[in-house]
Amino acid sequence: MADAVGDLRLVRLTKTFGDTAAVDDITLTIPQGSFFALLGPSGCGKTTTLRMVAGLELPTAGAIHIGDEDITAMKPYKRPVNTVFQSYALFPHLDIYENVAFGLRRRGIKDVDEQVTAMLDLVELSGYGSRKPNQLSGGQQQRVAVARALINPPSQQQRDEPPRAHDQKQRPHMQLELKRIQTEVGITFVHVTHDQEEAMTMADTVAVMNEGRIEQLGSPVELYENPMTTFVANFLGQSNLVDARVVDRSGDHVVADANGHRLAIPVHRMHAESAEMHVGVRPEKVALVSAVDEHTVPAGHNRLPAVIEDASFLGVSTEYTLRLPWGSPFGVFAQNLHRDPRLVPAADVVVHWAPEHTFALDASEPLDAGLEADTPAGQG
Amino acid sequence: MAATTATSSVPTPTEPAARPTRRGPVGWVRENIVAIAGVAALGYLLLPNVVVVVMSFNDPVGRFNYSWNEFSLKAWTDPCAVAGMCKALGLSLRIGLLSTLAAVLLGTLVAFALSRHRFRGRAGVNLLVFFPMATPEVVMGSSLLALFVNLRFPLGFGTILIAHIMFLISFVVVTVKARLASLDPRLEQAAMDLYANERTTFWRITFPLVLPGIAAAALLAFALSFDDFIITNFNAGAEVTFPMFVWGAAQRGVPPQVNVIGALMFILALVVVLGSEVARRRRARR
Amino acid sequence: MSALAHVPAPGGAAPAPRAPLARGRWVPYVLLVPGLLWLAVFFILPTITLFSTSLQTGTLETGYSLTWEFANYTRAWAEFWPQFARSLFYAGLATLAALIIAYPLAYTIAFKAGRYRNVLLVLVIAPFYTSFLIRTLAWKTILADNGVIVETLDRLGILQVLSFVGLTADDRVLATPLAVITGLTYNFLPFMTLPLYASLERLDSRLVEAAGDLYASPFTAFRKITFPLSLPGVVAGTLLTFIPAAGDYINAQLLGSLPATAMIGNVIEAQFLRVLDYPTAAALAITLMVVVVGLVTVYVRRAGTEELV
Repeated sequence: MADAVGDLRLVRLTKTFGDTAAVDDITLTIPQGSFFALLGPSGCGKTTTLRMVAGLELPTAGAIHIGDEDITAMKPYKRPVNTVFQSYALFPHLDIYENVAFGLRRRGIKDVDEQVTAMLDLVELSGYGSRKPNQLSGGQQQRVAVARALINPPSQQQRDEPPRAHDQKQRPHMQLELKRIQTEVGITFVHVTHDQEEAMTMADTVAVMNEGRIEQLGSPVELYENPMTTFVANFLGQSNLVDARVVDRSGDHVVADANGHRLAIPVHRMHAESAEMHVGVRPEKVALVSAVDEHTVPAGHNRLPAVIEDASFLGVSTEYTLRLPWGSPFGVFAQNLHRDPRLVPAADVVVHWAPEHTFALDASEPLDAGLEADTPAGQG
Repeated sequence: MAATTATSSVPTPTEPAARPTRRGPVGWVRENIVAIAGVAALGYLLLPNVVVVVMSFNDPVGRFNYSWNEFSLKAWTDPCAVAGMCKALGLSLRIGLLSTLAAVLLGTLVAFALSRHRFRGRAGVNLLVFFPMATPEVVMGSSLLALFVNLRFPLGFGTILIAHIMFLISFVVVTVKARLASLDPRLEQAAMDLYANERTTFWRITFPLVLPGIAAAALLAFALSFDDFIITNFNAGAEVTFPMFVWGAAQRGVPPQVNVIGALMFILALVVVLGSEVARRRRARR
Repeated sequence: MSALAHVPAPGGAAPAPRAPLARGRWVPYVLLVPGLLWLAVFFILPTITLFSTSLQTGTLETGYSLTWEFANYTRAWAEFWPQFARSLFYAGLATLAALIIAYPLAYTIAFKAGRYRNVLLVLVIAPFYTSFLIRTLAWKTILADNGVIVETLDRLGILQVLSFVGLTADDRVLATPLAVITGLTYNFLPFMTLPLYASLERLDSRLVEAAGDLYASPFTAFRKITFPLSLPGVVAGTLLTFIPAAGDYINAQLLGSLPATAMIGNVIEAQFLRVLDYPTAAALAITLMVVVVGLVTVYVRRAGTEELV
């Protein structure tokens, strides 16, 4: 049994089923001891990647290393990787104690009582040892599945897509618990999910996957504030995106023209290969003023004229849905610091934001890449 | 039909009750007609069993125990009084146990192959396994007889055993396959993820979870073997199994001891099945 | 943090694509061989032998030889087609009767039994574990002339109607077609009930409620929702009943009167065990098998259930 310790490295990992590449040439390093999230919509290949790391699928090409050891062809029971399955996969004929002790026993450890009891305490299921899985609630089963994986010594643990259905209230608690356990035990944790909120709150590093490839890799803050592809901009949070083309470069800024309006983008936030690009900004970074007050807009701000279509009061903020002159939608989240009675549907306004909040993305992906169904393009 | 609204604070006197409080017997019958039919059907199913038990306490007039004469415990106190019956019973039991053992073994292997593995000719194997269940027993029995006669193979214990194993395999395969199909493959993956190699995974996870299916197949096989008449009759030669004895008795004379055995079998079946049900309930409650 | 996704792979080019491991290719065949071998020798081979026997001529004394005598078939059909027709008729009636009786039973167990569901299932299964011959003989007591049942039927005038239709004769039920059909129905009732129950048990009762909410009367809801959804169970049950019933000869002999109610099973048995006319017997057996399997295939195709096993 490999006792490999070290970073988890995926090198040009590929898995094809027939003609489709579920995982397409992925290279990734997950530092030891970090909490890593694989984020993406269903079908993006994240679960397949997880299964290859666990040894439950054989890669079509590429390699997997833990530290110096190449575990690509290793059987799952030889790898120092444990998985928490989406369906929990608790052994129905064994009680909770034996479920949790399973991995330890298979590795020949005789005296498991202390560890099992300690782990059950950790997931707050003390005294449940003699019950069977079908006697537990969904949330409790989840904790058993986690305990069963975490109890095993180093070094990698991975968790596949927690279900959303039950225990909605349990979820934040469970998330914090997992994070706490991970930090306490010090293991590397790979978390697979389509829930961006979950990924962003728990992970140190997030990789956004789409159609078998990694769109972007970074910390949650990086991914959110400086998305590098249209998919990431739309999948994480919401973005306003407009088509534009480069017309000028001066110093550390690039100027783009969007239907006659000039927008400035900092050079380090330019991620477009060609002159045609999508220029974007997050809705909470945008302010809006009535058109008659345009003179109050700070100089140097990017600005666009728009018409309010809808204003939803959300208590903390107001969510404005607007339409730009050429028909594209635009969204603004405004904190309710003061209410301007003129900002009502059909009003002419000017939206504006600081240029350092702008980002420019390659136009190779369509405007609606990464959007959930039913959301209009341009307003992710 | 108007949609019912939520309860209002002011009671409306004209609102009809959901169910009339006084219905009368006719209404009750109409409501429960299906359940009544169901219970009647159950009665139809159990009536012969009841008759069998009742007639075991009969002291018949003449050789045939078909009409009631007078109450007697003679058959119960001396069940083996009838020549050849207990011997036939013993033979049926032995054949049943042996053929069940063999059929469960062979059938379980086939079920695993069909459920767990991809191989060429899978559809053909499925068909082959299905065929004995779709063939009338007369055909299977007579064709086996023809084979044995052609090969000049002596008819007797061996041929009965061979015939039973043959037709039991299909039932075992179907039963075990059904159980395997309901087995979540992710359980085995989880076991391997937790350091169990293929062999350990099989014996600690797969096998315990399939065992109920195998047990069910064994029970079914034993019942089918013990009770088989047509195929056995064709291939028994000089041997006499219990069903063959009863058949002969229908010609010669049916003593009440036959009913005693029938009653015992029924009670035993009830006890076994009810007992396992009680055990299951008790396990679930713990 | 730098974009690690673009770090070049150590060691240059990616390793060659790996073919999926063909581990344990031989395992399924090893598992299959014992069972399939048994079936091949003791099922397929006999069937072939039977077919060959059906084309032979000769007698027990002179021996048999394969002469491809298809006339065996035509002669057998000409002589015994009434018994064939009778078998299909009895089996068909018995299957229909079993369906009508078993459906309410299965329905009751599935929907109306509540806590007693398992007890009822036990009561359905338990008779199956007791000798069916003994139970069939019990019908001789139940349907005895001068017994309660027959007397009641006579008094209610039903017996006269049945006699008129040809199902009974004189003032008897025993030794008439009705007795045989009753026996057949009874014998295979559990085989009809259990698949029906399994199918109904999976039904979501909320579907029936939804139908009621959409103005369907209970009968309409049954006709349009419950019955169609229970069809797989109906198909399985009718097959499990019809197939053995068509080839049965026990009920015809114990409860009927030969040769008046003889089914094809009786003929085959007699030919094999008493008349010892093996070629004719084999021809009849093969014919029965082909007819039954043919009917089953057509029925299954039309009913649309592919995987029965």
